Amino acid sequence: MIMKHELKLYCDTTRLADLRKFLNDILQNTSLSDIEQHQVTLAVDEVCANLIIHSHGCNAKEFIKVEVEKENGILKIEIVDRGEGFNIIEYKEPEISHVKATKRKGGLGIILVKRIMDRIEFEKIGTQNTCRLFKILKSK
Amino acid sequence: MLKIETTHDSNFTTLHLIGEVDASNSIELDEQITGLVESGAKKILVDGTKLEYISSAGLGVFMSYIEDFQENEISLVIYGLNERVYQVFRILGLDQLIKIKSDKEEALRV
Repeated sequence: MIMKHELKLYCDTTRLADLRKFLNDILQNTSLSDIEQHQVTLAVDEVCANLIIHSHGCNAKEFIKVEVEKENGILKIEIVDRGEGFNIIEYKEPEISHVKATKRKGGLGIILVKRIMDRIEFEKIGTQNTCRLFKILKSK
Repeated sequence: MLKIETTHDSNFTTLHLIGEVDASNSIELDEQITGLVESGAKKILVDGTKLEYISSAGLGVFMSYIEDFQENEISLVIYGLNERVYQVFRILGLDQLIKIKSDKEEALRV
């Protein structure tokens, strides 16, 4: 069975709470544990927060499309936006020790995403950027 | 939504985090901690019993104070995190860099 859900997320960080609510409602109906659901929600929040702030400059007129799909035991979250894009695969995340020493408050989010998700893809076609996050679902 | 309440005891100050810390409000947490440091606080407790969510924006705030606090002998201890939130600290190994205790009594013994 294919299950598909879509959210249009406007580029305002106060909307991230709506994104989490959207994801929580969907993930509740998967075989993911409570802790895993929380972490997947966090990973998507991190990618979207990053896009909202760095790619869209918190311009609330712009939006990101978030699509969640469950098929063949795999949860796929597609995050699509238009613009410069952020290639999460090529991005070299900092060392935790470096983050601490330089007192920078960023950089941790992408580390979280990479540690939480099972697979990550990035695709740019023209001005459209797609980041796909995958999590393997255990059979119930 | 994040609400931060502060309570002052004779030798420590507690920040009670209620709700969710994310990219939209982590600055509030940052400002509260900076405010405490400026007022001369030497022991800060962070009550996480009502913290439902924290993203990297909030974790980054705690990270950014670690070195300054070591240099200036300021102690910051987080306590009462629920399992979901605690696991987020663990993914990044922050449980090794930040003092995290299960309850207030343990936090006060640090």
